Amino acid sequence: MIWTIAIAVWVTLLVGARLAMSRDAVRCVLGLSIIASAVNIILFSSGRVSSALPAVVPVGEMALGPSANPIPQALVLTAIVIGFALVCFSLVLVLRLIHDAGSDSTLDLRFSEPQPEHAVDPPMQAAHLEPPVPEPEVRAA
Amino acid sequence: MSMLVTAPVLVPLLTALLAAFVRRRASLQRAVSFLGIGVLLACAVALVSITAEGRTPSVSFGGWPAPFGIEFRIDRLGAIMILLAALMGAASLLFLMSDADTGPHAPLLLPLLHGMLVGVGGAFATADLFNMYVWFEVMLIGALGLFAIGGRLDQLDATLKYLVLNLVGTLLLVVAVGAVYAVTGQLNFAAIHEAVVRLPAGMSTLLLAALMLAFLVKAGAFPLFAWLPASYHTLPAPVLALCAGMLTKVGIYALLRMMGDVFAPSPTMLLDALGWIAAATMLVGVLGAAYHWDLRRILGFHIISQIGYMLLGIALGTDAGDAGAIFYTAHHIIVKANLFLIAAMIWRLTGSYDLRRIGGLYDAKPMLGLLFAVPALSLIGIPPLSGFWAKLLVLREAISLGHIAWTVVALVVSFLTLYSMMKIWLEAFWKKHPDADWRPPAARLAPAWTTTVVLAAITVTIGLDPQPLITFVMDAAAQLGGPR
Repeated sequence: MIWTIAIAVWVTLLVGARLAMSRDAVRCVLGLSIIASAVNIILFSSGRVSSALPAVVPVGEMALGPSANPIPQALVLTAIVIGFALVCFSLVLVLRLIHDAGSDSTLDLRFSEPQPEHAVDPPMQAAHLEPPVPEPEVRAA
Repeated sequence: MSMLVTAPVLVPLLTALLAAFVRRRASLQRAVSFLGIGVLLACAVALVSITAEGRTPSVSFGGWPAPFGIEFRIDRLGAIMILLAALMGAASLLFLMSDADTGPHAPLLLPLLHGMLVGVGGAFATADLFNMYVWFEVMLIGALGLFAIGGRLDQLDATLKYLVLNLVGTLLLVVAVGAVYAVTGQLNFAAIHEAVVRLPAGMSTLLLAALMLAFLVKAGAFPLFAWLPASYHTLPAPVLALCAGMLTKVGIYALLRMMGDVFAPSPTMLLDALGWIAAATMLVGVLGAAYHWDLRRILGFHIISQIGYMLLGIALGTDAGDAGAIFYTAHHIIVKANLFLIAAMIWRLTGSYDLRRIGGLYDAKPMLGLLFAVPALSLIGIPPLSGFWAKLLVLREAISLGHIAWTVVALVVSFLTLYSMMKIWLEAFWKKHPDADWRPPAARLAPAWTTTVVLAAITVTIGLDPQPLITFVMDAAAQLGGPR
């Protein structure tokens, strides 16, 4: 069983890494979410894949027979929920970014860090990407 | 007492919810925010005074005793970090009142800001490894909202970079937490601390190395800092000051908690590795700053450079080293946030963040020059400001342990920091403004002046009378690693 899980983790991880290293921004984000799935499986198996490890047993009682360790399940649920929220956010973000930028290649997405054109002189940020200076307030006469 | 321990999470959480409910009424939202941050500040002061007496208040949730239930436990280190977080939140909110910012605020800006503080407070309060991961995620989600909320193209681009690279760090953290649980069967800090002693040395080194890798991404250490210079400079100024002050320092805190407390004493191999990483971080950060001409990007690279000094303190692996790291962190948060806020005032008065487009401020606003000089000189480490004592504490311990190479790098980096600060001074203040007709515009800067002057006053106060803080951080460092 543990070998099946190990192979599943590696396959998922490799698929995710392949996608995450793509220059396509959408694939990159999707790849990360697949890596997150692989990581969730790792977290899930951290409590060992067996059915004889209850987390807490009341004093005086024996282990509760076939019961799995619930802590990793709680952990992985939390991680899944957080990961789901992040995937939703990142997909919306990437779609908006692609729409605004007109390109989905990460090579073109250089708006926050413009490509330097001169060897020594760092690039100037384009004026429309600078924060707008507030208009001076009109004083009441 | 138990309410006080949960306050670092509950107070900002309630404030964020309330502020989200009243988002259509800007003035009410602002009042709620100030009330919330005021209560948080009061709770933080109470926590500091309680922990200063040597008590460590703690609470376990759900009635489960410590190793099973999730525990919040605040010692001196946690308390002073919470105080700094509350202080920075207050500074950021006050600065938002001025118009040295990018125009009308999005209605969800303040709820997100408090939401980020929830994550920061939780990370400082918790005594549970998985819980700490959750707070890092809360912080990440809050920060992502703050990055994206402006909606400018460069901000969205920065959000994507921030998201992708931080997500890698987060995934590393989950793997590390899973590995710690798989090997020790514990998630509570104290329980892990007891379990680690019984592990084979190689295994505990491996676990700590995995955690270190994840937290080094979060702290912005060499060579894992690429997310920081790619994104920070696009944030609106008051939020930028808060993020620059707090976020990477939560990574530093987590690293110190792991290396100096939970896994103490850390293996020498990892401490040495961290020392070289620290030296590289200092040097690469300051060289990046020397290259850039945009105020925000210069200061952004200086965050990385300064992170190196805090890592160096942790890497020394002694109580005095840890104390130096805590002192450095406290000093750095205040100074760095102040520098970003002053940069925003410079931008408001001259119209650009790029040093090649601005100048003439010393003629127009000489007091601003004086105000800039205080945190700038403190960042370099000129006595009698707080940065001098911070560097002294770290480097004295480094020399006494015989780490001459790291000390030399740290001193060279101080000179290069001086170079960057001189560049800002010469270009923004002494040079004539490129536009001969330029006059400083009328701007509502009174709240900005108040914020920056108060932060500068704190820097000067720590500098003139460092002993209370030094005593506190020495005690805080001695408290780490459990009873010895």
